Amino acid sequence: MSATSGRRPPSDTSRLRPADLLSLGSAGLRAKPARAILSALGIAIGVAAMVAVLGISTSSQARLNEQLAVLGTNLLTATVAPPSSGDPIPLPVNATDRLARLPGIEVTSSVADLPELSVYRSSYSDPARTGGLTVTAAELNLLDTVAGTVRTGAWLNQATAAFPTTVLGASAAARLGVTEAGTLVWLGGRNTTVVGILDPVPLAPELDVAALIGIPVAGADYAFAGNPTKLYQRVDDSVIQRVRSLIGPAVHPATPSAVAVSRPSDALAAISAVNQSMTGTLVGIGSIALLVGAIGVANTMVISVIERRREIGLRRALGATRRHIRLQFLTEALVLSAIGGVGGAVIGYLVTSGVALVSGWPTVVPPLVLAAGVVSTLAVGAVAGLYPAIRAARTPPTAALNS
Amino acid sequence: MTPLIRLTDVVRSFGSPPVTALAGVNLTIDEGEFVAIVGASGSGKSTLLNVIGTLDRPTSGRIAIDGVDTSALSDAELSALRSRRMGFVFQQFHLREGVTALENVADGLLYTGTRRPERRHRAREALDRVGLGHRLGHLPHQLSGGERQRVAIARAVIGHPPLLLADEPTGNLDSRSGESIVELLHSLHTAGTSIVVITHDVALAARLPRRVSISDGIVLTDSASGAAA
Repeated sequence: MSATSGRRPPSDTSRLRPADLLSLGSAGLRAKPARAILSALGIAIGVAAMVAVLGISTSSQARLNEQLAVLGTNLLTATVAPPSSGDPIPLPVNATDRLARLPGIEVTSSVADLPELSVYRSSYSDPARTGGLTVTAAELNLLDTVAGTVRTGAWLNQATAAFPTTVLGASAAARLGVTEAGTLVWLGGRNTTVVGILDPVPLAPELDVAALIGIPVAGADYAFAGNPTKLYQRVDDSVIQRVRSLIGPAVHPATPSAVAVSRPSDALAAISAVNQSMTGTLVGIGSIALLVGAIGVANTMVISVIERRREIGLRRALGATRRHIRLQFLTEALVLSAIGGVGGAVIGYLVTSGVALVSGWPTVVPPLVLAAGVVSTLAVGAVAGLYPAIRAARTPPTAALNS
Repeated sequence: MTPLIRLTDVVRSFGSPPVTALAGVNLTIDEGEFVAIVGASGSGKSTLLNVIGTLDRPTSGRIAIDGVDTSALSDAELSALRSRRMGFVFQQFHLREGVTALENVADGLLYTGTRRPERRHRAREALDRVGLGHRLGHLPHQLSGGERQRVAIARAVIGHPPLLLADEPTGNLDSRSGESIVELLHSLHTAGTSIVVITHDVALAARLPRRVSISDGIVLTDSASGAAA
């Protein structure tokens, strides 16, 4: 700096108030609104994509958490493990009694698939078309154990369990075309009354495709030997891992490895985890859209700088410094991308709500995601606006005169 | 007394191979003068105005404004000089479309850090001074050419700069509007503003107290000295 700058009082320098800078930054956009909106749209689509992807993923996760809170994560199931050699060892008849004695087990129940039996809509149905449905003998406390609910009719009781009656899983009822209790279906070679239809059971989806009958009628009329094929246990949450390791030895003390134990809520969580990994990919695609939007903003700004050489020259003649010109165009780029960012966040939120509404999820968009969306566009706008702003500042002040 | 502007051996050439627009100009303008710079197109008179207005720097030579050598000043300091000490009027008016006359004039104080209400207040005064007090809310396209140039002049003088630089201010106007602009410049001069006008309008130049004619980048005649430079 030369000595003169030291002598000059502060009131004698070029100054631009921040409020005026902001109004300058938006004036250029107001002059060409269509162009401003179109280039902001590029940014908006990028942000909307990212917000929507994260919002949808968070919302579906929230739905899962809600579901698990209702269903509980403390259900364990035990089945016959596929043997490494020889025939599979069936579960013992008194398996539920053995498990009931384990500390930490709150309630235990079992089912037995009856592979020789099939269920049809009527005696005229083609016997080959079983529809993938199973006939399963169930203990009376099964429904409570798996947190299942009855959609219509009633669950089995001691009376109906001794007679040819059945409760259909949700899919089984749909495939058989049964919508209300009292309908007759053809089960095990005779007419059987449907006493109830279940809602889908998320923790035990195998029950959805089953026609459930009582153990007494299975034993009396269908030669059921009493060996269960699947055991369900509700376990004290605090000891679930320890209990899990004790189930095999309790059921088959000699060959614990013949029992396979699993935790159905883990499967639901695993599906969710797969969805989460998809989210990463989609966010990547969204950020590419944002990058393309940023290039659009840079392009618009470069054109704007070329078109407005005279305006820049005039402003220089009025006393604007290079810095003022640079700040003006940088502000314009920032305003442009902020419009895109806020617009995109709103669009992303609306898309998320729409998807959540259709899917029956709660709408959850973390405020952090919205804030990050807007802040990232500001960063993008600053980068995109930098080159045009520097270029604008280099416009010679004489541009206003020799045009 | 320190002259308002003093040019010493000012040379300005462009490009390579160099084309010389100003080939060694010596010129002194005192406070309170009203000077016409005349010359054919290509004579270098626009370059001269750019150099006097600190919009352009000379290739060699010195320009002192109020005794301060401008070659020693930074871009920000030159900008400050323009914002406080000079007003510019252009042939093309250069008004912002879609903004009222009042806002256009108020822009003349934008880079002085003056608050907006104050700018608008003084813009009203400046428009009164140029006889457009009744046109405050009009947009540029609602005004005649002469009125637009008055708005531009009001913008140039809103901060009461000691020096007004005008580049062909009547060049885009019919003779009647042009006449009224010349009268306005005269009244501003009478009120104390020093004015330098570039023109190729010989009739306009003939009515001004001092005429400097430029040809091929040198001062051909100067009515103040009556001699060729």
